[in-house]
Amino acid sequence: MKIVVCVKQVPDTAATMVVENGNISWGDAPLIINPWDEFAVEAALNLAADHGGEVTALCLGKEEETEAIKHALAMGADAAVMVSDPALEGSDNVAASKVISAAITKIGEVDLVLFGQQSVDTDTGLLPVQVARLLNWPSLTLVSKFEGITPAEGRLQVVRSMEEGNQVVESRMPAVVSVTKDYGEPRYPSFMGIRKASKAEYPVWSLADLGIDPPSSTIAWPEVSEPAEKEIVTEVIDGDTPEEKAKNLIDKLIAEKVL
Amino acid sequence: MEFGLSEEHLMVQRMVRDFAAKEVAPTIQEQDRLGCMAPHVIPRMAELGILGITIPVKYGGQGMDYISLGLACEELEAVDTSLRVVISVHNGLTCLTLLQWGTEEQKKEFLIPLAKGEKIGCGAFTEPGAGSDFAHIQATGKKDGNSYILNGEKMWISLASAADYAVVTVRTTPDANQAYQGLSTFLVDLDTPGVTRDDLHGKLGIRAGSTGWISFQDVQVPAENMIGQEGEGFKVTMSAFDSGRYTVAAGATGLIRAALNSSTNYADQRRAFGEKISDLQLIQAKIARMALDYQASRLLYLKAGWMKNQGIRNTRETSAAKWYATEASFQAASEAVQIHGAYGFSDEYPVERYLRNAKGALIYEGSSEIQALIQADYALDRRHDKKLRKESPPYDQESWT
Amino acid sequence: MTKKILAYIDHFHGKVQSASWEGMGLAVRIAADSGGEAAALILGEGIKDLADQAFHYGADQVYLADHAVLKDFRPEPLTDLITAAAEEYQPDVMIFPTTTRGRTLAGMAAVDLDTGVMVDVINLDWGGGKLSATRPIYGGKLFAKLTCSSSPEIVTLRTRAFDKPEPDPERSGTVTNLDVKLDPADQTTKVLDHQEKASAVSLSDASVIVTGGRGTAVNPALTPPDDLDEEAVEKWKAEKGFALVQNLADVLGAAVGASRAAVDAGYIEYDHQVGQTGKVVSPDLYIACGISGAIQHLAGMRSSKVIVAINKDPDAPIFNFARFGMVGDMHEILPPLTDGLKAYLEG
Repeated sequence: MKIVVCVKQVPDTAATMVVENGNISWGDAPLIINPWDEFAVEAALNLAADHGGEVTALCLGKEEETEAIKHALAMGADAAVMVSDPALEGSDNVAASKVISAAITKIGEVDLVLFGQQSVDTDTGLLPVQVARLLNWPSLTLVSKFEGITPAEGRLQVVRSMEEGNQVVESRMPAVVSVTKDYGEPRYPSFMGIRKASKAEYPVWSLADLGIDPPSSTIAWPEVSEPAEKEIVTEVIDGDTPEEKAKNLIDKLIAEKVL
Repeated sequence: MEFGLSEEHLMVQRMVRDFAAKEVAPTIQEQDRLGCMAPHVIPRMAELGILGITIPVKYGGQGMDYISLGLACEELEAVDTSLRVVISVHNGLTCLTLLQWGTEEQKKEFLIPLAKGEKIGCGAFTEPGAGSDFAHIQATGKKDGNSYILNGEKMWISLASAADYAVVTVRTTPDANQAYQGLSTFLVDLDTPGVTRDDLHGKLGIRAGSTGWISFQDVQVPAENMIGQEGEGFKVTMSAFDSGRYTVAAGATGLIRAALNSSTNYADQRRAFGEKISDLQLIQAKIARMALDYQASRLLYLKAGWMKNQGIRNTRETSAAKWYATEASFQAASEAVQIHGAYGFSDEYPVERYLRNAKGALIYEGSSEIQALIQADYALDRRHDKKLRKESPPYDQESWT
Repeated sequence: MTKKILAYIDHFHGKVQSASWEGMGLAVRIAADSGGEAAALILGEGIKDLADQAFHYGADQVYLADHAVLKDFRPEPLTDLITAAAEEYQPDVMIFPTTTRGRTLAGMAAVDLDTGVMVDVINLDWGGGKLSATRPIYGGKLFAKLTCSSSPEIVTLRTRAFDKPEPDPERSGTVTNLDVKLDPADQTTKVLDHQEKASAVSLSDASVIVTGGRGTAVNPALTPPDDLDEEAVEKWKAEKGFALVQNLADVLGAAVGASRAAVDAGYIEYDHQVGQTGKVVSPDLYIACGISGAIQHLAGMRSSKVIVAINKDPDAPIFNFARFGMVGDMHEILPPLTDGLKAYLEG
């Protein structure tokens, strides 16, 4: 079974994010693998171990940003591919999905594509569904459990989350899956894995290697800003009776949009 | 000169940091109050390979270098000293001593299970009546055919009650020319009849760890278990300290970082005199000192680690790192308590635990005073390290993996 | 320039996610400002009566597909129909709620329609020709204003960021039925089952937290049973106090937290402790009941977006950090607060 796990590199979640000259900056906070992706890598490694197969980490980013891909390798991924091209700077989700789909096609004979449920920077969660649509493969998002997989027959059964509860879905393969935290704690990289990862060599593909033109982006971010520094102004909620106080608070909470 | 940490080192650092933060930190306050280590900790460290991090793969270890060992210690002690103490006595005093002085048979028989974490090791050197004056220890080992019979008391031994093996130094030649020349070191199976041990309580710090005593009453130890040759015990023990001391230095650096982080977090939140106390200069002075000491300690232990990687004798540098980092960590913890005000005096915050933990390191693995004497000897050119019969092996990625 | 807005109505087996109506309301407002029209898109099985609700919430038109193959959520057939509806209606803007399903469908439709999605929008400007959508990024540490250069512009709205309109039961409109050319045999996925989820909300993940402190045990209005000693009376009262906290939490789908004082006194287990020696949380809404707010508790929750404090003591430190403060007895305030919120959230 051939599994591709898509990983992304992001600033450490503890970083202080600021806007400098209209650009987003995280100071000297380290770059790490998107924490959600670790769950996808864990799922991939387990599936490959249980059913026989190979896990390839696929990363779309800048060539020198190796943390995400190396972390996936250190966890135990068998191989990795980086897609990097200056023309991809500022790509929106659809453009990125087109590039990732092309890379998956180039890798070839892929049975399963796994994603983390979203990334901590842009938080869109769109890539898994858009890649699925572009490849015309079933999309199974927010999967917490793989209940059965028969690669030979090209069939997969998963449990996925929705607001109202969990859905058990049977699907044909190949399919594109996003994995939630409920899947289970990802393993730490082993020391042997760390050594292997630091020495690992992997191809870096440009758009030319993928045989596609730079896809156009329709979504732009002309402006980014920091939240206004809020001076805490305590508003005292009054009322003659507890009932009145309660009602006044509810009105305030509705206006504050925190419910 | 390459001052940066390699990609590998950064990954090791992150891995150990994540483990300590996720699996130990949440309950460490509680464990410190209970006075013992959580039962899952040592088995988990074994499972993750941390107990054999700097031992060659062929001897059951993970084949990482000495700098990785230091980084791991820094990350572990940033959560609690008790975690790093495990590494100091198991990896440092036991595994690395065997790696340096052990015969091939001893490495196969003892080092492999130790590095895998299947067995736990500790170092039994200190006695009720002898610590700094190690040359005058009183425990004895009397040759008897193919064995030695050990008698004596060892005290202040970390992991005494949990360990399977102990590296024990005793007097085997009572009438040697110089006291230190009559010592020999053994690898003792603590299940041997005649061994009794138990925990000590009432410690000022490192309460989430285990410190105890071991008593040897006519304990029969096979002669093949002697580490090094008869009479080499002092040298073997000093080598053990070169390893242990390094982990202490690295760990203390982590403690400084923990004190620093607690202090900056608190100072940015606490307000007094109309502003955040982190804007008050006297508070800033304390934080600046901590930050500086962190940088200095880090450079000292990393250099020692680099020298170990190269196979260069580093007694001087390791001693300097230990002395500097431990003294600085005690200062840092003390100032951290001060910055927290009354809250620093309460176990609501971790800084009082850092202070109580930090003090121990100024006493063990060679007290600050011993380190000062060592440094003076080197500075006054009165000490010249002769080549040892068995040197600490340099790191070689190919043969170690 | 008149605009046509298409609002997707997300539901589960006919039960609408109320954020869908917030989207409908926004669609109607944008349409009204441009002299255009707003339509709703409803797909499923046995959902024809949802069209009436859509009209009540302001839709001029409803595009509908009611078919067995659409009974359970599977994104592929739904997206096919969304795309078909968009191609027929030619909206300028498409609005989805940011529910698990809404996000997926918006993303897939964007691929089909060769456009883009602005996800999790909390503010929208439609004054100029094109939309300007504001959304949080990096977990809310920063905000970004987005634009979409193509058409239709697709947005997903963050739940409760936009007001739900008042329904007008007199309104009606036209329903256009979409052709469902889908053969169940061709579908690549099949929904086998639906499972209810375990209800406990974890403190670390919760977006709303209700915490109880020492004040939970202070209730002179209660008369404890005679046979209890002082300590037992305290715990008995605290149990009742925490029950009020739990009721409010249940209504809000919130997690229950506690101060160290409450945990130390044995009112509740350590798992619930928020603070320096407990968990550090950063929910959108933090309601502290009977908590004084000493610095070590604040350390655990100060980055909450909105802090509400209910305490009898007007000098309690927590009032310096709360966005909304109520001086009063939590035992008297929580019941009407719970009831009022229940009515609002279910209505």
